[in-house]
Amino acid sequence: MQTIRSSEITPEHIYLSRRKFMSSASKVVLGAAVMTACSRQSDSTDVSLDVHNTSVGVDELGDSWTSYESIANYNNFYEFSVNKERVATMAQDFKTSPWEIDVGGLVKNPGRYRMEDLLTKFDQEERVYRLRCVEGWSMVVPWMGFPLKRLLDEVEPTMNARYVRFETLYDPVQLPGQNDGWYSWPYVEGLRLDEASHDLTILATGIYGRTLLPQNGAPVRLVVPWKYGFKSIKSIVRIDLVDQQPVSLWMRAAPNEYGFYANVNPNVHHPRWSQDTERRIGEMGRRDTLLFNGYAEQVDSLYSNMDLQYNF
Amino acid sequence: MYGVINFMSKYIRIVLHICALLPLVMLFYDLGYNNLSVNPIQDITIRTGKPALVLLVLVLSISPMRKWFGLHSLLQFRRSLGLYAFMYASLHLLVFVGLDYGFDIELLRSSVFKKPYVVLGLFAYLTLVPLAVTSTHGWIRRLGKSWKMLHRLVYLTGVLAVAHYIWAVKSDIRQPLIFAAVIFVMLLARVRVFNQVIYLLRERFFTK
Repeated sequence: MQTIRSSEITPEHIYLSRRKFMSSASKVVLGAAVMTACSRQSDSTDVSLDVHNTSVGVDELGDSWTSYESIANYNNFYEFSVNKERVATMAQDFKTSPWEIDVGGLVKNPGRYRMEDLLTKFDQEERVYRLRCVEGWSMVVPWMGFPLKRLLDEVEPTMNARYVRFETLYDPVQLPGQNDGWYSWPYVEGLRLDEASHDLTILATGIYGRTLLPQNGAPVRLVVPWKYGFKSIKSIVRIDLVDQQPVSLWMRAAPNEYGFYANVNPNVHHPRWSQDTERRIGEMGRRDTLLFNGYAEQVDSLYSNMDLQYNF
Repeated sequence: MYGVINFMSKYIRIVLHICALLPLVMLFYDLGYNNLSVNPIQDITIRTGKPALVLLVLVLSISPMRKWFGLHSLLQFRRSLGLYAFMYASLHLLVFVGLDYGFDIELLRSSVFKKPYVVLGLFAYLTLVPLAVTSTHGWIRRLGKSWKMLHRLVYLTGVLAVAHYIWAVKSDIRQPLIFAAVIFVMLLARVRVFNQVIYLLRERFFTK
């Protein structure tokens, strides 16, 4: 398993110019992101004035990063609103500090991690990933974060641990969508331990070098780039190592439509719509969806003996 | 009431045209002022499909309104409502084929059948075409009695359109189910027993 650093996958001149730009124009912002990621700037509700939009890079396939405005204003986050364009407004006052994550279950060293601890204990690095939504649209997002594996190493899963279960904050006052009885709140997601330990799997704390916005899952969220977006659970407060396959919110809502694995796969269709093409946000045409969202080389060994049609 | 509707007919008609065109005007406004989301094609698809469905429900409601409440004069608005429904449905289809799939026949052929809701929508549209074509006075005259039979096809359109909607949403089908319930009631209006019950109730409670 190889690490993809953005310095390796972005053409160097762009990368360097970006670095230069970032270090000059946005040193303050970047510094703030790393040092006090949990204390969201309350005056940053108007995300359109962001300066980073001028320094857009590309992913390892040569596709441009999706603009910061798009990433910050087009969100699937049902806890705030089912309307993707309303989430940003609804999430404005979401309190992301203080914030703690309980890590427990089948581990040797269970612990409660404050956001500040996560940011200082683990080096934050930039990871540029494609994000493919099960609804058929996609983005390229320059995340800041750290591999989940580092946290797992810290708590040391026991021999019996086989899966990782994640849980979003349950707070119907701040997250009014949780009053809607159609879904079983709080949001729960899960990964197999080897998926969770894969180097591509990160806990993200920022985007475009800036602190994560609430609508994007602040202060800390999962990012699993080879799976459909809904697997990348937001605003996490609990991580448990377990021996049974966790049942996610979407599996509960529609078990025949949303499976545990939810790997991006153009050959495995959602029962009601094809997954073979997608629309990249910012583009008009359709593009072919790639096996494992273009990360097949890195992750297909995880599924070598599995029927992906059955384990959808 | 009958007289009032006839008397106001001209004004009701103006309001009808304004209301029916409003979704389209608002769509163009949002297009022009860049108010759509970053996934504009999806927005346009939804914002042409919804009005088509709402107008279709209104078309279907005319017949029960006449039967149950005696509002026969509503009949004069049905053709306009139907043609507006057809206009939005046509735009909806055109957006799907043209904007979404860029008129790429190969791509359409390979994915349409993997998306059952698209097939349902297409059938719904196909049932609407002959109704729109034969909506003129000339065709009404030419077809005579069979015109009425032909235009019962609109019930099938309604059922297909709602199925198309239910099939297309992600998980939460509450809103499509409301449309389904309304269309179900419209279908009941064609069941004699059900109508007799309504008449009975009406006589008991509302006779002067």
